[in-house]
Amino acid sequence: MISLRDIKKKYLLGEVSLEVLKGIDLDIKKGDFVAIMGPSGSGKSTLLNIIGCLDRQTSGTYQFEGIDISSKADNDLAEIRNKKIGFVFQTFNLLPRFSAFKNVELPLLYGNMSVAERKMRVIEMLSKTGMSHRAEHHPNELSGGEQQRIAITRALVMNPSVVLADEPTGNLDSRSGAEIINIFKELNKEGVTIILVTHEMAIAQEIKNVITIKDGVCTSGCY
Amino acid sequence: MDVIEILRVSKDSILSNRTRTFLTVLGVVIGVTAVILMVSIGEGARRYIKNEFTGLGSNILVVVPGKTSKEGGLHMGTSAVRKLVYDDAKLIKRRSRYIQSSIPIIVGTSLIKYGARSRYTYVEGVSEDFFDARNLTVDSGRFLTATDVNLKRHVCVLGRTVKKDILGDINPLGALVTIGESKYRVVGLMAPKGVTLGFDIDDLVFIPITAAMDLFDTDSLFNITVKVRSEQEIPAAKKDIKETLIKRHAGEEDFTIMSQDEMLLVMEKILKIMTAVLAGIASISLLVGGIGIMNIMLVSVKERTREIGLRKAVGAKNKDILFQFLIESIALSLVGGILGIILGTAFTLIIPVFITFLPTQLSVWAIFLAFFFSASVGVFFGVYPARKAAGLDPIISLRYE
Repeated sequence: MISLRDIKKKYLLGEVSLEVLKGIDLDIKKGDFVAIMGPSGSGKSTLLNIIGCLDRQTSGTYQFEGIDISSKADNDLAEIRNKKIGFVFQTFNLLPRFSAFKNVELPLLYGNMSVAERKMRVIEMLSKTGMSHRAEHHPNELSGGEQQRIAITRALVMNPSVVLADEPTGNLDSRSGAEIINIFKELNKEGVTIILVTHEMAIAQEIKNVITIKDGVCTSGCY
Repeated sequence: MDVIEILRVSKDSILSNRTRTFLTVLGVVIGVTAVILMVSIGEGARRYIKNEFTGLGSNILVVVPGKTSKEGGLHMGTSAVRKLVYDDAKLIKRRSRYIQSSIPIIVGTSLIKYGARSRYTYVEGVSEDFFDARNLTVDSGRFLTATDVNLKRHVCVLGRTVKKDILGDINPLGALVTIGESKYRVVGLMAPKGVTLGFDIDDLVFIPITAAMDLFDTDSLFNITVKVRSEQEIPAAKKDIKETLIKRHAGEEDFTIMSQDEMLLVMEKILKIMTAVLAGIASISLLVGGIGIMNIMLVSVKERTREIGLRKAVGAKNKDILFQFLIESIALSLVGGILGIILGTAFTLIIPVFITFLPTQLSVWAIFLAFFFSASVGVFFGVYPARKAAGLDPIISLRYE
């Protein structure tokens, strides 16, 4: 479902051009659980952003479910992010003024759904991740692990075909981190494709497909 | 995102920072209040003047020295403006059959004294027809007569306020008051009338024109007030006056004849300009209020950079973000506009109660204008911050600290 060919990404920093990705070839099939590893600055987050249609490659082709992403306009990418992709961030990125319920509801607001439908979906997802009892709490009333669960619920609420997680356990203690990884495993068993960026070996060892990136080049696990 | 959701988000965001919201909105409140109040005061003045003019007496023409050029250019005449004199007034009456009366008028201030009391007041030298032409009535005694004028008798008719100030409660008729240097016998007391065109009729003393010429040592008239027999004859009367005076003034038209309507028109024009100027000044404060909104919206965009990044990551399109911030700034300015309308209306209604000489007239168009203006302030000053928000890069925004 995801097919990257010779993906390059350059940033212009003043006069100097910095090549972060130097030609990545990657195929991810539906239902895969992929971990992207690599030292910091290796370009793994940039790769994840390109896969998530948040960023555009400088050259190369990216096909997502058969769609050529580079030919799409910004509005189309927003719609793909909304309907097909769920993001989980290291810093959770929950809106502090909104309750857990409202945070989870956020992607639904951009998906043209009725109030009743939205409510149903949020309640359904919260019970799936075991966070129903926290629905009316604000993020600052939740523990780190709980906040990340809410963030995962938000990523799942649109029933995306792929969930992208950028160091989801980076801000959590090891126990909460393990719980979060278990949630991802459960989801993967249900058929959700998961791509996870991490630099913790312990996590990567539990995952069957590991891709390693170093200095913008894929050193192992790639196509 | 549907409109109701955007409105709810705007409401949350506006209410989450009450002090800031209040201070931002205050600028617009003051602006809208000022616009409504200023226009209402201007409209009040206009209506007041209009009523005063219609109370002036009908079929009146006023001849004043000097030509007021309608083209507005400078008068480049070689000769000085000739003054209007008593004989001009007499001649105007004699030469036209359309004219009922022609009244020479001199106005000046003079000290008026009775016993130990004295004060300065306006003294108006008029002829006997004045009172009829201006629809004035006496409470007691009589008006000035033709004999008073012809014989230059030192008699006077007092307004109510002057009488109260100078004579107190004693019977005014027959009293001898000193005006300037000489004694005048009081022959009449005016009925209360109030302020007309800036002149407080109650605060005037009328004496014969002939005596006034001596008192002020001048034969130059303030104006000649002409009463025409009927409204239809006004143009003909004007023509006659013009011919008579041009002949007397060596062929030059160095005077102006104004009808009541023309005076009203001139006044209306002046007051319209005044109202526009007041509204213009007031709208500057509305503009400043708008800048305040823009400022706070820019701060808000900065503060919510991560929120914008996240919204984009979960599927918000640029236009969703644009509308969200635009609606927020419009909501801010509309709240200000509505509060301003309430406040402006309240002030407009309250002011005449406490400041009696300041008539106000609540103007519906001013309310609409202020409302429309405040809404457009919200749009105009909201577009820039909203565009800024919509154009943010999601990745950079998500990393923003």
